[in-house]
Amino acid sequence: MSEIAKRREFCHPIGASGEVLNEICEAGSSGFRLSPRVTEKIAFFLLSLASLTILLPILVVVGVVVVKGLPALTWEFLTQAPRMGMKEGGIFPALVGTIYLVMGTIVIALPLGVMTAIYLTEYSWQGRLNRWIRLAIFNLGGVPSVVYGLFGLGLFVIFLRMGASLLAGSLTLAIMILPLIVTASEEALTAVPQSFREASLALGATRWQTTWRIVLPNALPGILTGAILGISRAAGETAPILFTVAAFYLPRLPRSIFDQAMALPYHLYVISTQIPGISLDKKAGTALVLLGLVLTMNLAAIMIRYRFRRRKRW
Amino acid sequence: MVTVNTPPLPARATAAGLSNQIMTREPQQIKIQIRDLNFYYGPVQALRGISLDILAHQVTAFIGPSGCGKSTFLRTLNRMNDIVPGARAEGKVLIDGVDIYQEGIDVIQVRRKVGMVFQKSNPFPFSIYQNIAYGLKVSGMRDRAKIDELVEKSLKDAALWDEVKDRLHCNALELSGGQQQRLCIARALAIRPEILLMDEPASALDPISTAKIEELMDRLRERYTIVVVTHNMQQAARISDYTGFFLLGELVEFDRTERIFTNPSDKRTEDYVTGRFG
Repeated sequence: MSEIAKRREFCHPIGASGEVLNEICEAGSSGFRLSPRVTEKIAFFLLSLASLTILLPILVVVGVVVVKGLPALTWEFLTQAPRMGMKEGGIFPALVGTIYLVMGTIVIALPLGVMTAIYLTEYSWQGRLNRWIRLAIFNLGGVPSVVYGLFGLGLFVIFLRMGASLLAGSLTLAIMILPLIVTASEEALTAVPQSFREASLALGATRWQTTWRIVLPNALPGILTGAILGISRAAGETAPILFTVAAFYLPRLPRSIFDQAMALPYHLYVISTQIPGISLDKKAGTALVLLGLVLTMNLAAIMIRYRFRRRKRW
Repeated sequence: MVTVNTPPLPARATAAGLSNQIMTREPQQIKIQIRDLNFYYGPVQALRGISLDILAHQVTAFIGPSGCGKSTFLRTLNRMNDIVPGARAEGKVLIDGVDIYQEGIDVIQVRRKVGMVFQKSNPFPFSIYQNIAYGLKVSGMRDRAKIDELVEKSLKDAALWDEVKDRLHCNALELSGGQQQRLCIARALAIRPEILLMDEPASALDPISTAKIEELMDRLRERYTIVVVTHNMQQAARISDYTGFFLLGELVEFDRTERIFTNPSDKRTEDYVTGRFG
């Protein structure tokens, strides 16, 4: 037995399995074997294939929606209410409804999420409460969106008697995107160098002054990025608004936060499945507007992040 | 029985900088008294029974190998260790006779009295002006003219004014490393502390910038009590009046700098300053 084989045996004190292992190793080295150059090529091929597979759906989805939807995209389509059982007219109330919803959502979720993130990163580094909050956020992120919808229906619409309204819908969407905002904000806050905090505290600043004047301004781009991604998620969701705000057909604009509103995702669902005989380009047009809205927001988030990274110098 | 390292009085004018000081000085006044200071990071004890007196208007240096506790010690003097989770101090640190670890003490006031400069220069990503004005603003100062005046004065005190006076509103991160560190010193001086703690203030700088910082410290001792941590023994010998040697969380020896480097009483100090270990 060679010296190396002896040592290998020494490492596997259970004799029999050691033998087996050794045999496998030997077989591996003496049997069928590809040259490293070939395995390198195969690996490269498989990895690029996987990456392209991811690229494909987004290209197809965007491509199809643009090609089919573009003809419907006229000024009237964007600025007029649906008519004739939604077969004619445009998507104006749904577009405005979605914008209102998104604004309501962010007004609620951003302060709440950022304050939570500040508490978690700047005020309680450890401790039981901190752990519980983190656990709650983690789990909140995994709840299916339809459950949020039912939760909003139960709590806001029925129990708190808000009825199906912009307020109830915004609150429901806000709770849904809260984990996203908290996580993104936390990441942005912890990315601010500790040395900034130390410098500020050493100058006799309180923790709040340090947070407000030093940490938060430097974390803002990251927080903003998270907020925009949260908004774009909220804009596209159907299930949470289904029971809490969305109107099947309401050709006027909502008058207050206690009013129902149409919303793009739900409107798309309605004209695609509930009403027969609507032309394809109307559906594709609606999809295109929704997609454009969401992708524009994502693009904005990416741009903020990019510009900030270029400017950052620590 | 507690042994207190009381520095022998009075200090002789040995270090280069002392020669240009006023010769008829009032008797040395004790600025900081440290008694039986123990410090823990969770279960790990980082400082063991430190007792010594630090004199006003002197440069006191602490040397020792990495991890010996000298930085931790420095940060107990303005309670910067408070922000480290699980950190705990026992014993007394009296500044002008007031124990900064007693209950009810205002940490903010302590830190305004005891300024700090860090190892790595850490200017805020604001303008030069805003960096200095920050400490004044958080203390509630609103008077623009007064802030302007103090910004200028602090920059002059830190020997940076001439280099930056034409670009006060440029981003501080555009300055060179040495300039950034002097900006941090100016920032610390702006809130008029009485004590200035410096944690290896020149360790990341080139020799010329280091020399500038050392000159600065020499000048600042007239108005401030300076406590500096350094792992550069030549630097300690050049700039300080008193030197303490830390090893494994203990203050092995504390004496006049001249004595520490020429005739230390502890074998371990001698081994360290002669370069036999560390």
